Amino acid sequence: MPLWDWGYAFEVLPQLLKALLVTLEITLLGSVVALLLGLLIAVLRQARIPVLDQVLWAFVEFIRSTPLLVQVFFLYFALPRFGITLSALTVGVIGLGVHYATYTSEVYRAGIEAVPRGQWEAATALSLPRSRTWTGVILPQAIPRVLPALGNYVISMFKEVPLLLAISVVEVVSKAQEIGSQTFRFTEPFTIAGLLFLVLSYPASMLVRRLERRRVA
Amino acid sequence: MSPESMIVFDGVEKRFGDHVVLRDLDFTVAAGEHVCLIGPSGSGKTTILRLLMTLEKVDAGTIRVGGQCLSHMERKGALVPADEKHCREVRRRIGMVFQQFNLFPNMTVRGNLIEAPTRVLGLSADEANARAVELLELVGLAEKIDAHPTQLSGGQQQRVAIARALAMRPDVLLLDEVTSALDPELVAGVLNLLRDLGSSTDITFLCVTHEMGFARDFSDRVLMFDAGQVIEDAPPSKLFTEPDHQRTKDFLHAVIDRT
Repeated sequence: MPLWDWGYAFEVLPQLLKALLVTLEITLLGSVVALLLGLLIAVLRQARIPVLDQVLWAFVEFIRSTPLLVQVFFLYFALPRFGITLSALTVGVIGLGVHYATYTSEVYRAGIEAVPRGQWEAATALSLPRSRTWTGVILPQAIPRVLPALGNYVISMFKEVPLLLAISVVEVVSKAQEIGSQTFRFTEPFTIAGLLFLVLSYPASMLVRRLERRRVA
Repeated sequence: MSPESMIVFDGVEKRFGDHVVLRDLDFTVAAGEHVCLIGPSGSGKTTILRLLMTLEKVDAGTIRVGGQCLSHMERKGALVPADEKHCREVRRRIGMVFQQFNLFPNMTVRGNLIEAPTRVLGLSADEANARAVELLELVGLAEKIDAHPTQLSGGQQQRVAIARALAMRPDVLLLDEVTSALDPELVAGVLNLLRDLGSSTDITFLCVTHEMGFARDFSDRVLMFDAGQVIEDAPPSKLFTEPDHQRTKDFLHAVIDRT
């Protein structure tokens, strides 16, 4: 058996590409959850509402201090005991999305705090409603600053999707493993799976770096 | 000029922690009057403007603006601290110009000027735009309407900020050291604009300033502040030439020698 069999590699490639779509789908939906929920947490925490603020703080710290794998297992295996049964794909999206939301909320917070206090005061002096102050003044200044950091978290999330093989989501790596265990040839599928991540992650991080440089310039 | 009181401070106290910034402060500004607040840094002048803008809350006493209580509201016959809605209502009559301009950098000059009139006063885009054009002509920056604030000099930014405050048609304009952050050669343009506004409108002005020349020829009355209290309240002709208090004399000596 050769070390690398091109014929075999091309034979498994279509299956892996198909599984990659699942990975991308989870990344995309998980990002939507992470970016929106993170923003919501950051905005709510900025209002410093008693009790709610402590609850959100505890939630963020709890999620950040426990492994994603445990959270995913909990959602997938424990929730059904409470009468909530979610598909593996949904658990993947929610698990990754909520986990990363706690990180993005900190990123947003930093961006919001970087907006000078004078901007809030000018908005108050003009009697702008609170909601408009957020959407028209604060967030348009805060979010562009933190886009690179948010982009990096999306890339990290993309690379963490394979963790979901633990709950049998058929994404690229679990597909590679499945193919390998049927044929006992792991080199090609795993190499291809790794390369697929590289091919997507690298240009994405280049893009983020360009965003960063534009912010500095 | 109407003799009614536009701004009334009655026994106002403001503390930051243990530090008492304003102590049992009483003063009145009549409608249309131009009043300048002078005094050493940290004497509480800016705090007065911030209280009026509801950027700070009073710890004791009451503040009335145009007959309405700003700091408190009536509920079941009793005075309770004002809520956000009440503040918003009374505050709408007040405009403020800041030392650091605080224009919104994510909007053009036009955007800065039409934002509050459309969102708060409910003007149509066309009406707000017409008002913006008119005000930019007044402040001499008509050609900058589509510029971004960062493309303007400090003096230009401050003139846009004045126009932005005027777009809300305020009864009261608060000026917080509006020329302190400007390069010296840009100060005169802004002060002249304010002098023009002072003589062509019936807006009530309350200014914190270190520009004694401006305080002298712009105000009807000058309040000398020290340690959170008004220690002297006189027309500029008197306060700048024959002040009653030694503290005022010392202060004027110090600032006038400096320039």
